[in-house]
Parts: sequence; structure tokens; C-alpha cells
Amino acid sequence: MKPFLISVGDFGIFSGGVFKRIAVRKTFSGELLRQMYRVGVNSLSVVDLCAFFIGLVLVLQTSSLLARFGAEGQVATIVGAAFVREIGPVFAAIMFAGRVGTGVAAEISSMVVTEQVDAYRAFGIDPISKLALPRVFATALMLPALTAISCLVGISGGFLLAYAESGVPAPVYIAKCLDALTPIDIVASLTKGAVFGLLIGLISTYCGFNTARTTEGVGESTTRSMVSSVLIVLVADLILTKFFMLLS
Amino acid sequence: MNDPNILVEVKGLRKSFGPLTVMDDLDFSLFKGENVAILGQSGSGKSVLLKVIIGLLEPDEGEVSLWGRRISELDDGELNKVRRKMGMVFQSGALFDSMTVFENLAFPLVEHGFDDEDALREVVKKRLEWVSLPGVEDKYPSELSGGMRKRVALARTLAADPELILYDEPTTGLDPLNSRKISSMIHEIDKRVKSTSIVVTHDLDCARKVAGRWCYLSGGKILADGTPDELFESPHEEVRSFLRGVAPSTENQGRDSRDVPGKTTSRGAE
Repeated sequence: MKPFLISVGDFGIFSGGVFKRIAVRKTFSGELLRQMYRVGVNSLSVVDLCAFFIGLVLVLQTSSLLARFGAEGQVATIVGAAFVREIGPVFAAIMFAGRVGTGVAAEISSMVVTEQVDAYRAFGIDPISKLALPRVFATALMLPALTAISCLVGISGGFLLAYAESGVPAPVYIAKCLDALTPIDIVASLTKGAVFGLLIGLISTYCGFNTARTTEGVGESTTRSMVSSVLIVLVADLILTKFFMLLS
Repeated sequence: MNDPNILVEVKGLRKSFGPLTVMDDLDFSLFKGENVAILGQSGSGKSVLLKVIIGLLEPDEGEVSLWGRRISELDDGELNKVRRKMGMVFQSGALFDSMTVFENLAFPLVEHGFDDEDALREVVKKRLEWVSLPGVEDKYPSELSGGMRKRVALARTLAADPELILYDEPTTGLDPLNSRKISSMIHEIDKRVKSTSIVVTHDLDCARKVAGRWCYLSGGKILADGTPDELFESPHEEVRSFLRGVAPSTENQGRDSRDVPGKTTSRGAE
């Protein structure tokens, strides 16, 4: 229990340090744009591909189930609500933790092992504001965008199958989708994306900086980053879902 | 009142890693213009001493002062300002592997506000010429040999014109020819920029070439401190054995009857 609490405390101090540096750092727009491209644009294809196939499977599963009750027409309602409220933000976050979070943790921990982070400090350059800050911002800004795109792709994938299997016309599918959603659902989905992105950025940079100075340490940091990110994302999802339910 | 000629002052330094005590009440000072070699067996804490001096490791006890300012009393911003007057050449080179050689050399300068691109190119070109590596600006560290990487690391440290340079095992892992080349370069650079330096090494040829004062580290303390000749005649058997490359008798190692911590001889003149 004690090491867990120490880790939580260390993580809190590290996160506070990252936010404190926002005021100190003069500008990091160039590096921020580079990181946004790296973490966002480069993740687009893998996140979209997964969302597309989840959309297909979701329609397959729900349409057969709904057919038993004669409610096949409601398939778009379920796909829309499920994607925007849960599957979009959570699945994009999990893919993001696997693709981007582990990459960030491995990159920074390798820099620790090869003394590159020490070199930053020796030159009087703060590695947290130079390495962590742009990455945390980039993940927090890009995951909501990826969430929105993955929802659109997933719902579109669902439509293709619904059309092919049952001939559901596009206007009906879109109308049913929109029927299930409120503005709060859209806000909740994007907020979840931003919060999950922020958490994944903080966890992966924290794991990167806090690594044992061995090659094994790099592997452990990367694994720790993935496992912690997924767990924290699921806990945060529960809290945010409840929060937005109360709000609506 | 602090002596303005003392650049580095270490007092009562203790540093442990778990049960292993690496520094034990160590005192050390470095005067402006001095070039000191820290010698000692592997694991004696030479690199740890350098990292404590530059603030990469925190001492468990004791004080480190740089230019008369205690680093424990400095906040991160102030410490970074002090560090900008220093340079460190890491044992591994610690080049930024995602950057080209030019970016490696330019990066610390740009971060410290150097924004004239033409002047920057000129500084980088000149420093690479100092280490006999002209024209490698566009290469990545992975495209360079071990010796070239060390020389780029040296050039990167020199780019910011530091007043104090710390070298951590600058010749380790190199063949004899490259070792001699690096040692000669350090010597030439010291003459050229008249810097103050601490060289951690167990390469006696390198130490002989670059430093007029040698300190021998053992048992967490500086066991001997003086000119190379004085250390060769040290009353401590361990020091003499190390310098002559013969194994000391086990019972005397690190606890010679005359092992009094601190200086045993006069400070070597540069």
C-alpha cells in the first residue's frame, strides 16, 4: 500500500510541476505542433481502422439481438449512443495509450538511460518543460479530435453494414443516430477525450522520467505506462459518466 | 567571506546508494584556472562526485558551492543559470540521438537565447573544427563512430564557452589512438579557452596530458591530492599501486595506516 501511495504522491507532484511550468515556459508552439502531428495525425489510421471494425461488429451483434424483438430499426440509435457516449472516447483512449503513451514512455526512459535527460539538466535546460510539457499538451489536444473522428468512422462503418444487410437508408440511419444523442452527450464525449488525453500524457511522461537506468527499466516503464493509463482511463470514465449523467 | 578564486567547494559530502556508501565526509575544492584529474578504481565514486557537483545527484549530507553559492539554496531557475557557466562531457557522450550534429551543438545555445542563425552556424563550424570534425553537421549520432561521438560531445560542451568543464571518463571505450587524440584535444582546448576543468578518468596517459593536479579517490574520500609526481611518491600504498598498475596488498587497501582523508601533499601548480 505504501509504495502505491508514494507513487500516487510522486505522480501528483510531477503533474503539479508540469502545470506550474506552463506559466514559466516562454513558448513551445513549434515543439507543440510537432508533437501534435506525431501523436495525433500519425495515430489517425490505426484508431479509425479499429473504430470502423467495431462499428461493423456492433451492428452485427445488435441487429440480430434486436431482430428477436422486432426492433431492427433501432440499430442506428444503439450504435450512435454507444459510440458517442462510451466506445468512441474509451476505445480511442485505449488505442492512444497503446500507441502514443507507450511511445512517449519508451522515448523518455531511453533518454534517461542514455544520459540525454542528464545532459539537458547539465546544460541548464529544464527537461520537464522541454520534454513533458509539449507532449502532455499534445495528447490532451489531439485525443478529443481523434475521439470525434473515431465516432464518425465507427458510426459510418455501422451504416455500411446496416445498409448492406438490411438496406437501411442513410437519412433514416442518421436521423435515428441523432435521435439518441443530446448536446450534452457530444460535450461529454469530447471532454472525456481531453481528460483521457491529459491523463495519458501525464502518466506516460511520468513513467518515462521515473525509470530504472537499465534497458529492462525501459521495458518496465513502457508496460507501467500502458497498464496505468488504461486503468486510470476506465476509472476516469466512470467518474465522468456519472458526472455528465447528473448534469443532464 | 568566500574566496572568489574558488569555483567549486565541496564540504563534508556524504552520498549513499542503499547500503553502499560512495562518498563519506569528502572535502574538495577547485580554484579558477586549475585542471584536476580525479583518479580512482572503478566504483570509487568519481563520476558520482561530478554529478553531485553539477547538481544531477543530491548529496545526503554536506554542501556543494559553485562560484561561492551553495547549490542547496538555489531554486531550479538559479541552479540552471549557474549550470550555464559549466559544461559536462558525459562518459557515453549523451548526444541527443534524434538531432543532427548541428542541432546537438546549436540546441543549448538556442535554448539560452542565441538567435542569430548565421552566428550560430559559425560557432558550430568553429567548434567542430576544434575537434577535427569539419563537415559532419548534417550527420546523426548513429552515423558516427564512438571516437567521433566523443568529439562531438566535446564540441557541444565547448559551444557554450563554459568557464568550468567536467569530463566524465573522456577516453573510456576508445582505442589507444583515439584516446590519445581526445586527450590531446582536451589539452589544446584547455590552452585555447583557458578553462577550469575536472577530468574523471582512470587513464593515466590522459590524466598526465590534461591535468597538473591529481586527486585519488578511495573509500569515499580523497586519499591523495597533489602533483602527479607527488602522487607517485604518496605514502599510501593503494595510490602508488594504482598508479603503477600493480595490485595492492588486500589488507592495506583503503585503510593504509597513514590514510588521513584530505590532502597529503601540496596542491599541484598548473
